[in-house]
Amino acid sequence: MDIDDIKKYLKDYDGPEVALMEVCGSHTAAIARDGIKAMLSPRIKLIAGPGCPVCVTPSSYIDRLIELAETPDTWVVTFGDMIRIPGSACSLGESRSQGAKVTMVYSPADIIRLAKKHPDIMHVFAAVGFETTAPAYALLMDRLIAEDIENVRLLTALKTMPPVIDWLCANGAEIDGFIAPGHVSVITGSEVFRPLAEKYSMPFAVAGFEGEEILTAIYGLVKSIGRGEVMNYYPQVVTAEGNQAAKEKLARYFRPYDAVWRGMGAIPGSGIILKDEYAGFDAGSAGLSADNKYNSECMCGTILTGRAEPEDCPLFAGKVCTPQTPQGACMVSFEGSCYQSYITGVVR
Amino acid sequence: MKITMEHGSGGLATGQLIKEVFEDAFDNKVLSEMEDSAVVPGSSRIAVTTDSFVVTPLEYPGGDIGRLCICGTVNDLLMRGAVPKYITCGFILQEGADVDQLKRVVKSMADTAKEAGVTIVAGDTKVVEGEGGIMVNTAGVGFVAEGVDLSSSKCEQGDVVIASGTLGEHHATILSRRMEIENSIKSDNAPLVDIVSNLMNAGIEIHTMRDITRGGLATVLKELAEASEVEIDIEETSIPVDRQVKSFCGILGLDPLYMGNEGKLVCVVPANDAEKALALIKDSRYGENACIIGKVTSGTAGKLILNTKIGGHRVLDVLQGEGLPRIC
Repeated sequence: MDIDDIKKYLKDYDGPEVALMEVCGSHTAAIARDGIKAMLSPRIKLIAGPGCPVCVTPSSYIDRLIELAETPDTWVVTFGDMIRIPGSACSLGESRSQGAKVTMVYSPADIIRLAKKHPDIMHVFAAVGFETTAPAYALLMDRLIAEDIENVRLLTALKTMPPVIDWLCANGAEIDGFIAPGHVSVITGSEVFRPLAEKYSMPFAVAGFEGEEILTAIYGLVKSIGRGEVMNYYPQVVTAEGNQAAKEKLARYFRPYDAVWRGMGAIPGSGIILKDEYAGFDAGSAGLSADNKYNSECMCGTILTGRAEPEDCPLFAGKVCTPQTPQGACMVSFEGSCYQSYITGVVR
Repeated sequence: MKITMEHGSGGLATGQLIKEVFEDAFDNKVLSEMEDSAVVPGSSRIAVTTDSFVVTPLEYPGGDIGRLCICGTVNDLLMRGAVPKYITCGFILQEGADVDQLKRVVKSMADTAKEAGVTIVAGDTKVVEGEGGIMVNTAGVGFVAEGVDLSSSKCEQGDVVIASGTLGEHHATILSRRMEIENSIKSDNAPLVDIVSNLMNAGIEIHTMRDITRGGLATVLKELAEASEVEIDIEETSIPVDRQVKSFCGILGLDPLYMGNEGKLVCVVPANDAEKALALIKDSRYGENACIIGKVTSGTAGKLILNTKIGGHRVLDVLQGEGLPRIC
């Protein structure tokens, strides 16, 4: 079927209502970028899932970063998005304006340069991400060890996709199929979703990030509702087995861990943390389980799990929570569902 | 040689620095009078603007802070239909700044001013503590002919939107250098004098003109839609983006619609002038890749819509937040 037929099918679809979740934040952003929701029948609903790494980070992680940034001779080094995420009382950015030391970088390798330039400063890297970014942190560990760099620590909030998908399905999310994350699948391989597809008799479609690739995946899912299939619509870069070298590198430094997700709590085996023999590089990542809301009305958790739309949140509807005044993480990140709903003007 | 605090003393070292670095490069009659202020011929209507430039790195493929600080101010004058005439510059030098690099920057300013047809008529230098940085403020004066009145509130239903070239080169260049990513993307740093004078001399009835700088095309057009209380619809397939910039953006998750240029403009003209205006821009220096990218419609006032290449629609807002580093 060619793409024009697929577009027509999806626009004219009048079968049973279908709810599909895109787990990956980059998909959420791509769906908004290409205006895909406007191309679907009202009977096909897309739900943004918990796939934006900063959105799913609990407040205690931010609080710990702030505590470190306020420690003498310690700098927190982070990607831009983390700076504006509210912790339980304030964000890293607000803390920086009070004198805490926070530096923004663009890649984990930048921290090596900083650490060498400032040998008397302890650099704590906010290592946040999914399977996609985690290998970069493993490579950073390689360099820290090989180059004997002693003034770098990692505060990790690293998460893995399959366990949270399992958690969503087991907790009654009303989802009929998943657009599986393209970048994550490069590392994990598409087969990682097979057990979940079979367990819940639900289709998974690995998709690329071009609009037509996403539409093709949506079509594949709609045609496979009720069947435990795994489809790979991103075969140029995703294999069934994934990237073995990256997986081995991860296994060398990290072990599975019961990660805490914003609004969802601890999910067994849903993250990774530095192994005990590398604990000296860890800035206290274990046990950051508290998840206090910056604003008690924030519905981040409900939205992240697809049980509510951003527009259902009183803070969103009341314009209390905006990209300028984010009350929750989903309004900060470019990949956050609230941010995307806001900038694409759904309610304005 | 490096800049020291002494160079900012106002005494001997300052005088030597001005003589050695600035005087020869900017050589012109007004400046060499070395008076407290410049006295120059005027016009009954003038446009005045000022801008400060803080960019890392100071030199990058396609330009440097010297070219940037002239282009930025010249282009701001042009966008109101002014003919740029005079520029002033204030340098804030950090201790440790390299004098050879400063000379290159100043030469680049002089060359760009010459290209743009403006005279640098006044200047100032201060030295502050720091790590060898160079910051520049420029102010500009341009002459505005009687009857010329360009403003962001003048877009009308039926008007056509033209972009003078490909999006995002300056932004992508600066980010590439900062992130040490190897590619051959070059900044589009350029004064848009030729494009604007060709349009105005041909009598094109320009309703609005804006240079596409920080915030990118989407931010500029959204602001126009709001100021003019019209809807603007643009076509993704018509928006020119260089292939290399496109793939750079793809890798980093950036959107060319929100990336800054330093040598591109959008202009909004009546439909019956559109093809002529496009041809004039394409024949002008720095306008060869110009395209008609959209139109002003009768839809919702203040709304900017992108018709996506795959047939969807996307509402565009101004750039939100500041996740990206400052680029100019």
